[in-house]
Amino acid sequence: MAEFIQHVINGISLGSVYALIAIGYSMVYGILQLINFAHGEVVMLSSVFGFYVAPYFLAHMDPSIGLFLVVLTVAMVGCGIVGFLIERLAYRPLRKAPRINCLITAIGVSLFIQYFTQLDFVFGAIPQSYPELMSREVYFTIAGAEVSNLQVLVLGLSFVLMVALQWIVYRTKLGKAMRAVSENTEVSALLGIPVDRVISFTFILGSVLAAAAGTLVSTMYPKVDALMGTLLGLKAFVAAVLGGIGSIPGAVLGGLVMGMAEEFTVGYLSSSFRDAIAFAILIVVLLVRPSGLLGKSRIEKV
Amino acid sequence: MTYRSMIKFFVPLAVVVAMSFVSACKKKTEDVITIGEYGSMTGTEATFGISTHRGIEMAIEAVNAAGGVKGKKLKLISYDNQGKAEESVTAVTKLITKDNVDVIIGEVASSRSKAAAPVAQRYQVPMISPSSTNPEVTAIGDYIFRVCFIDPFQGSVLAVFATENLKAKTAALLIDKKSDYSVGLADFFTKKFTALGGKIIVEQNYVGGDIDFKAQLTAIKAKNPDVIMVPGYYTEVGLMMKQAKDLGLKAVFIGGDGWDSPKLAEIAGPALNGNYMSNHYTTDDKDPRVQEFIKKYQAKFNEVPDGLAALGYDAALVLVDALNRAPDFSKKSIRDALAQTKSFAGVTGVITMDHNRNASKPAVIVQAQDLVFRFVRKIEP
Repeated sequence: MAEFIQHVINGISLGSVYALIAIGYSMVYGILQLINFAHGEVVMLSSVFGFYVAPYFLAHMDPSIGLFLVVLTVAMVGCGIVGFLIERLAYRPLRKAPRINCLITAIGVSLFIQYFTQLDFVFGAIPQSYPELMSREVYFTIAGAEVSNLQVLVLGLSFVLMVALQWIVYRTKLGKAMRAVSENTEVSALLGIPVDRVISFTFILGSVLAAAAGTLVSTMYPKVDALMGTLLGLKAFVAAVLGGIGSIPGAVLGGLVMGMAEEFTVGYLSSSFRDAIAFAILIVVLLVRPSGLLGKSRIEKV
Repeated sequence: MTYRSMIKFFVPLAVVVAMSFVSACKKKTEDVITIGEYGSMTGTEATFGISTHRGIEMAIEAVNAAGGVKGKKLKLISYDNQGKAEESVTAVTKLITKDNVDVIIGEVASSRSKAAAPVAQRYQVPMISPSSTNPEVTAIGDYIFRVCFIDPFQGSVLAVFATENLKAKTAALLIDKKSDYSVGLADFFTKKFTALGGKIIVEQNYVGGDIDFKAQLTAIKAKNPDVIMVPGYYTEVGLMMKQAKDLGLKAVFIGGDGWDSPKLAEIAGPALNGNYMSNHYTTDDKDPRVQEFIKKYQAKFNEVPDGLAALGYDAALVLVDALNRAPDFSKKSIRDALAQTKSFAGVTGVITMDHNRNASKPAVIVQAQDLVFRFVRKIEP
């Protein structure tokens, strides 16, 4: 029983990380119908930012939740800027181009960031260990299963950010503009909505969430590596598709399902199937319910 | 073809031909012995390649400072394979066909040595692996050597230690399924451990590059083994130890020389303490040869040399020893001289090539105490 509960707890904390990354994919897709393949790289950059700034703060503060929040804020600001630049420099010039051009550009941006980060004067190709932002301890025990403070933090922070996002999208004017642009870009522009600015904002928001995910990943698994974003991004993308791409609650659900599926595959089936299961889920979803668990099926205009 | 398109076609062609002449001419002026090296200077196992390279570099510098081998200087050409098997094949092919090296040193990881060794064998260029322990590496051909012990021995050393010193009756295995080294070492450990009366109660897998091991560790915890045997490489092992602590897993970790890296302590932190690994040498060794090596290495690189640096150093010196004995510097003569290496006193022990071109040497078991590995026991072959 303790084993089962422990698997559930591990699955939820892994799933929350996937969910945070998946939201970024979903949001951008919802508005631009663009799969932003560079999103995983933003997650990686967040860890790189943390890796560089944390020692500076560590000189003045002890590892604590406060330090974590400070580093998180810096990473969020950094990634927000990166997200803005990616959209401004790579995607905006292609706004009128066929969608396939944007997709290829997204892959290009992703590879560019990966290899640029691997340059020696940027970060280098050698994985580094991420500084300890807060001490790890067992928080409490549920029926023999250990819950660490980090797992509580991951779950708590993911929840707070998701609620905040939900509030921005459905309760603010900017969120209303985002939804309008998502519905119909041309009509939104006609009605005086600054479409470019709304899209910029969407990218910044997605990148800020990616920054949160990156900092959480590196705090839990203290390794920073220029290529770490690839597999994380890919799995989060599967989570977004599973939940219904374009839907934020769907991304959260998809992330959690993915985390649980991986955890239980390793725990009760065989650890060799771990990554296979993620992609098997993708194939099954595409076959059975192409719009995802919570996605709206809409008819494509031809 | 119009005049203009002919220019377009022939001018680049002429340039290419001219360039190949220039590079062909360069090859002639050679009064050096070139040694090719390939290793993981970047990637997940970057410290393996870097440490080995430093060891080799140090040995070659010392030899050159003393006048070289029979009046010839040694020249080292190194390529990075990014820790990938396919890049290793490319690097070795390039070393042989483009750089015309006389002999090759590499690799640390058995999977990569195994990928590149057939190339060296096909071109009949001697290759010395400093630290690939999987037995199949030197079985590839008679031009492939190594200066370290092999996994059947390392696996049994760990099994003997677990049974005799740790009094372990049950063990869990956590294996990197993509690594020849990991799979092989786990296999040899299992054979000896069960022969000694122990039992493997749970086996879990992962793939190099993974960062989350909580699921595997939770499944292991449920079975409550006495020891957890992880024949993996340092990056993943460090993360595992940390996560094991998060899960409240009390069992001790044991593993092989793949743990050996200064990065392990950095990643695992205090979770490393108390765990054991088998290795090729220990910095606690009072032998003056070892202490002198450590002192020189520290002065040069400002770091305590790990086992891989020591093996890189030994590999280069075993090669120099062979070059000194060889009647001429043909690849065949170098190979024959390497095969006759006998009682060579290296930093990692006395090296004698057996008829399978493997070195038979003792192994040490070291334990992490305050983030430093300390000598516990030496086991002779």
